[in-house]
Amino acid sequence: MAKQMQARRLKGLDYNPWVEYARLATEYDAVNLGQGFPDFAPPDFALEAFQHAVSGDLMLNQYTKAFGYPPLTKILASFFGKLLGHELDPLTNVLVTVGAYGALFTAFQALVDEGDEVIIIEPFFDCYEPMTLMAGGRPVFVSLKPSPTRDGELNSSSNWRLDPDELASKFTPHTKALVLNTPNNPLGKVFSQTELELVASLCQQHNVVCISDEVYQWLVFDGCQHISIASLPGMWERTLTIGSAGKTFSATGWKVGWVLGPDHLMKHLRTVHQNSIYHCPTQTQAAVAESFEKEQLCFGQPSSYFVQLPRAMQRSRDYMARSLQSVGLMPVLPQGSYFLITDISGFKSKMPDLPGAANEPYDRRFVKWMIKNKPTGQPPHLCSPHPSCLEGTMWKLDCLLPRAWQPSLSPSSSACLIRRTSTTTSASVL
Amino acid sequence: MLLAQKRLGSLVSSTKFLKTVNSSRLLEFSTSAAMSLKFKNTKRIEGLDKNVWIEFTKLAADPSVVNLGQGLPDISPPAYVKEELSKVAMVDNLNQYTRGFGHPSLVKALSCLYEKFYQKQINPNKEILVTVGAYGSLFNAIQGLIDEGDEVIIIVPFYDCYEPMVRMAGATPVFIPLRSKPVNGKRWSSSDWTLDPQELESKFNPKTKAIILNTPHNPFGKVYTKEELQVIADLCIKYDTLCISDEVYEWLVYTGNKHLRIATFPGMWERTVTIGSAGKTFSVTGWKLGWSIGPEHLIKHLQTVQQNTIYTCATPLQEALAQAFWIDIKRMDDPECYFNSLPRELEVKRDRMVHLLESVGLNPIVPDGGYFIIADVSSLDADLSDLKNEEPYDYKFVKWMTKNKKLSAIPVSAFCDSETKLQFEKLVRFCFIKKDSTLDAAEEIIKAWSRQKS
Repeated sequence: MAKQMQARRLKGLDYNPWVEYARLATEYDAVNLGQGFPDFAPPDFALEAFQHAVSGDLMLNQYTKAFGYPPLTKILASFFGKLLGHELDPLTNVLVTVGAYGALFTAFQALVDEGDEVIIIEPFFDCYEPMTLMAGGRPVFVSLKPSPTRDGELNSSSNWRLDPDELASKFTPHTKALVLNTPNNPLGKVFSQTELELVASLCQQHNVVCISDEVYQWLVFDGCQHISIASLPGMWERTLTIGSAGKTFSATGWKVGWVLGPDHLMKHLRTVHQNSIYHCPTQTQAAVAESFEKEQLCFGQPSSYFVQLPRAMQRSRDYMARSLQSVGLMPVLPQGSYFLITDISGFKSKMPDLPGAANEPYDRRFVKWMIKNKPTGQPPHLCSPHPSCLEGTMWKLDCLLPRAWQPSLSPSSSACLIRRTSTTTSASVL
Repeated sequence: MLLAQKRLGSLVSSTKFLKTVNSSRLLEFSTSAAMSLKFKNTKRIEGLDKNVWIEFTKLAADPSVVNLGQGLPDISPPAYVKEELSKVAMVDNLNQYTRGFGHPSLVKALSCLYEKFYQKQINPNKEILVTVGAYGSLFNAIQGLIDEGDEVIIIVPFYDCYEPMVRMAGATPVFIPLRSKPVNGKRWSSSDWTLDPQELESKFNPKTKAIILNTPHNPFGKVYTKEELQVIADLCIKYDTLCISDEVYEWLVYTGNKHLRIATFPGMWERTVTIGSAGKTFSVTGWKLGWSIGPEHLIKHLQTVQQNTIYTCATPLQEALAQAFWIDIKRMDDPECYFNSLPRELEVKRDRMVHLLESVGLNPIVPDGGYFIIADVSSLDADLSDLKNEEPYDYKFVKWMTKNKKLSAIPVSAFCDSETKLQFEKLVRFCFIKKDSTLDAAEEIIKAWSRQKS
């Protein structure tokens, strides 16, 4: 065919790191510690909820309401209304989507026009940039930067901050939206009240929409508190809050997400939704509804999954951090999420010439080398193409596996893998 | 805004009170106007907020209404399909992300199934994409292949999402209606509705990027013949155009008809994306799984859209679907294979509906495929005077019928563009993939209606 096939909106968007690394991990039979999904089962009550959904009412095999299965939108409205301090109408303030990924896409398509600017905080979950571009928008980056740590002190994600003046300088009359991700992927940073107030005041001052990706909202450690920016004064009317059943109930394969927001914004997302996928699968939504109903009954109590999971993850986090430190790597202790960043600059000085394309950043080469030579696959820090970020340092991304949950799998197994790997590497180089 | 305020200030400088009130009003106006301007919808969805289903589903939601409107089976999916999903729900590790472009066992099953029809190998990873329903495939195909300024030919009546999806991609829909041949006492059939080949060719030009084909057709149930498909294929090749072929009702063809895949015609594989649906194949619309099949050089763009929109579809549903497919793939010639048993079951229901509609003076168009039947309501002479004037006749008729007869349907003009609505406004669409008790209830209503008339 002579005609140009690919639509212009897809220019430059063919590459996706997850597709590449997943393929490599499969090809080399590597342990995939990169992509963010648990290797343990969802909690029993969630599994049961799904079992009920697939063996119950016959009509759950058919279409449900386009904007969300009614019992799900009802429980989401009730559950999050309390948390956001704002009464939510299940019909106008809640939209169910295909994962939080689908929620993000719907939000960008609904509100970002050609020429609009979107402020993205680095490091960022990789899809924010291509989604902005696909909507014809222009991404404007601002980096979280670490303050120097004292000798012997472990770096923490809380140490990484935005410079208020720098952030303010990124807002222009063309700024349509700012994407906030807290807890942050990949850093694990949990934005504090003060930090959120800064973002909030700038959003209000410049009349900007805040797209708040809060998928890891339950995974916070060390007594940290997750705060939804939509609950701050003046923010409800300009914020879209995105959540994920996959991350909430450790069931990423269900691909159920949601957006909560004011009707004057949500109506545009509904228009995109009805012209893109129209309905989400019914039974997975039914499973999420029942899971939330169960959780609502024990919310805040020790038996709550939202209490138990972060507790277990914190143990895994600490174990992994210790393992990494023991081989001379420098982890950044996350306050939340299930990711952990490690500084590999020590390796770079010992092994500077890893195979790869001429302009390929070191961390990507390191990861590919790891996949091919060592049995652990781990995608690199995903904002490395932006030299303004993390200048001079390369980072590796690990995924926490809360094996503490699974008595049959010893917590040491994955950490040993990394330790052995690192030991072998440095020994061979020295 | 600031200038206006200053001007106003100087005009009423002596009346401070007035100045204060006016300028603060202006400030108020300017803030909320600015706010509402920025939070307006993007250009791509301008005018796309209306949706026929939202309106009519609400109407039919009354439990006392017999709903023959939305294309939703109320029959049970086959037992083994439900069983496969139950089995999958007991497996822990099927609850996490799977491959973005399609769960491996599912794309393998689809490849195996469709290779039989395409008479060629289909690469499961490069020539198949699993999407959120056929709806999602349509979206991926249009977003992936259609650009701003392109033209896309749409045959009227059309499944309602084609037009807004084409517009959302910034392209221009170009419409061509199906036209009925005179029937001359014969039974009116969906095959009587055809495209005029010259009229069709006149719609093609260098800007034409694609034509959207739907066979078997919703709402008419028309199953395009070899000759009709050849006309379309010849034009696609002549004008170097893509074909997006929506074949969700591919298994639902009735006696004397055969579903033909345009992608199997010479010169068509390389320019066709063929779309299928689990919902329509296994009567599980709520699973929302569909697929696109085509050459790598086209499918890769749909895959790019996928990785920037939803990334992956639900794992357990894909696995269950794969297992259900394997069961039927192994027995394609067996009458018990769902691809054979469902059309057999539906043909009986179709014939029942034809008889029922005829009995009350609703003139049906007998469908050759699909699970919808159209009826011409003009001879019924219903009193629609108390309904809004600007709506097409069939909209008013359906609302009247739902309210007064407790029977719902969908107006066919909902499947038309604004120019052709009037051509189809005497037609309404009934769905017959319904259990016997639903059709019994419909029969009761129709019999009572017919008694009232006589």
